[in-house]
Amino acid sequence: MTLLPFVLLLVGAMLAYAVNHRAAASLRSGGARLHSSPQYHGLFAALTVLTSALLLALVWLALDDVIIDHLIRRSLPPPDGDAASAGAMDLVMAEIHSLARGQTFGTPEPWKQKAADRLTAFRTGSAVALLVSLTCLSIGVLTLRRRRFTPELRARQGSERLTHAVMFACCAVALLTTAGIVAALLFETAKFLQKVPLSEFLFGLNWEPQIPIREDQVAASGAFGWTPVLVGTLVVTVVALVVAVPTGLFAAIYLNEFAHRRFKRVAKPVLEVLAGVPTVVYGFFAILVISPAMRRLGDALGLDVAPNSALAAGLVMGVMLIPFITSFADDALSAVPQALRDGALALGSTRAETMLKVLFPAALPGIVGGVLLAVSRAIGETMIVVMAAGLIARLTLNPLDSVTTVTVQIVTLLIGDTAFDNPKTLAAFALGTMLFLVTLMINILAIRVVQKYRETYD
Amino acid sequence: MLDSMAPAPDMRATAAPRAPKIDARGVNVHYGETQALHDVSIAIPDRSVTAFIGPSGCGKSTFLRCFNRMNDTIPSCRVSGGITLEGEDIFDPRIDPVQLRARVGMVFQKPNPFSKSIFDNVAYGPRIHGLAQGRDELADIVETALRKAALWDEVKDRLTAPGTGLSGGQQQRLCIARAIATRPEVLLMDEPCSALDPIATAQIEELIAELSSRFSIVIVTHSMQQAARVSHRTAFFHLGHMVELGDTDAVFTNPRDPRTEAYITGRIG
Repeated sequence: MTLLPFVLLLVGAMLAYAVNHRAAASLRSGGARLHSSPQYHGLFAALTVLTSALLLALVWLALDDVIIDHLIRRSLPPPDGDAASAGAMDLVMAEIHSLARGQTFGTPEPWKQKAADRLTAFRTGSAVALLVSLTCLSIGVLTLRRRRFTPELRARQGSERLTHAVMFACCAVALLTTAGIVAALLFETAKFLQKVPLSEFLFGLNWEPQIPIREDQVAASGAFGWTPVLVGTLVVTVVALVVAVPTGLFAAIYLNEFAHRRFKRVAKPVLEVLAGVPTVVYGFFAILVISPAMRRLGDALGLDVAPNSALAAGLVMGVMLIPFITSFADDALSAVPQALRDGALALGSTRAETMLKVLFPAALPGIVGGVLLAVSRAIGETMIVVMAAGLIARLTLNPLDSVTTVTVQIVTLLIGDTAFDNPKTLAAFALGTMLFLVTLMINILAIRVVQKYRETYD
Repeated sequence: MLDSMAPAPDMRATAAPRAPKIDARGVNVHYGETQALHDVSIAIPDRSVTAFIGPSGCGKSTFLRCFNRMNDTIPSCRVSGGITLEGEDIFDPRIDPVQLRARVGMVFQKPNPFSKSIFDNVAYGPRIHGLAQGRDELADIVETALRKAALWDEVKDRLTAPGTGLSGGQQQRLCIARAIATRPEVLLMDEPCSALDPIATAQIEELIAELSSRFSIVIVTHSMQQAARVSHRTAFFHLGHMVELGDTDAVFTNPRDPRTEAYITGRIG
């Protein structure tokens, strides 16, 4: 039933193509001079049918549920009291919807069953009406196209305009979605800031987002200073970068300049596989292997290592980032023109001197861009830290201690009971906004650096 | 033997005939299965300019890159035969190609300044080879090299500006300065003017004439006029063979081989 409109659409478009292509071709073979070639006449007709029908179908599907819902509501007996009506009405509607799906709990009241039947009838009617109007529209547009067909018709420009419009619509979907997400984030953040002052959120040193549910609950006063969460994120990120940047860069330098070609042929795909490992798997690895190992090592050295230390989470995150940095740096090094390599070698440089004094400096902007992208990935990384880092926000720079991160807090705040009038839940959105702003700034910086690099070497 | 050891007409007067600076005997070069150079022998005298001419793909650049073993960097390339620099076999296992390249400088077809300052570009060679004792001496070496390359007056006020910001001709002179700052004994030039305009070309040619009083210069060029203007001796290459070698005047006015004559008069190329 849902497939039928699309089949109809396709048939209509193909028909439009065939009819107009044929008309144009026969005119041309009759010796007339056409402005556009027959393919374009066909394409233009097909595209007009396709876009107009698609537009109608989309609008229809977006509106029919709303309209049907409204009709059903109007047909119901008026609710008892005005005050509780909105909530009660929603409940009744939900019940009617599940009745229409065939899910009955006990014996429904007859008027509800009746409403459910009416809902089903409306829906079937709407689907049939959609099919009919789609057919009519397609035939209408088709005949219009065929009648408007003249040798002078600028079909090529027309189909180009339509294609442009379709591409623009696709682009707009992506942009509007992003804008919508950002708007939702900002909206909830504004609600959060009505309950918690901005200065407390930005500069407060305590993060205890437990709000008392009952009046007499103890130890749950609620404090929303994000500093310890931010510091925790930075500690994990720094540990990850200390691992990933040197390892990744040396790996890239080795692969690019010194590795045997056969080794590189094997190593590069393996690294790319490493980049494709789901982060939850890295999480297992952190919690089952690295954390216990860190504890044992700490015991042996006489250090006190927390079971979910920032060190363990950071180390594993660093391993996750190595292939990212390696492949970025390898690309940057490969982009340095061969002429520079030859020039350095011809001056009597060793391969090491060529790499360190000529190739690496020339590739540096690209490498810096890659490292900055890695930083924003580390800050936004969620699964590894959810599994391996702590939950308690402790303001410490000690990587052996347990810390929590922005992403971990967002996850924990939104798990369990969520109520959108509660600063605990809204705090997740505020943290999300901050995370978004920080990574946005780093990404902009990275893109700037990479762009500058592109300008220098092209 | 085509190679007559007659001195070039305007070479500095020397008391006794000296041994050649570079002596190549029976050089063959293969790229994988294809042979790019067949049994080439040439003696290159000191303090003179030798030009390699010939149509594209004739092997002249490949031959040039043998003299500083730059062909080593191409994995599929195999060189056989003997080349000596001042009597020393450059393919001897005891010879380090890195040190050889310090003695045999090279200037490429396309200017390739490093993405460093003008000063650091020229100072690169002296630094890696430890030629200067202190900062002052390094500055001296850089100034001398830039003066010899006729670039000093144009860049002396902006030595810290990036070398890549110079014009094409200036960049090529910067590369020449960079090559001679290492104090090589031989300077190889692989079509050094092909990316330059006529004015920059004239400047480089003047420079070559001047540098030939100190170095042995080997230049690959597509332009026969250039070969005639700057070189004392000319070698004509065709399809991987060295067809003719002689004093430049003789090669251009009275070629012995019909293929040379055909190329010079524009019938092959």
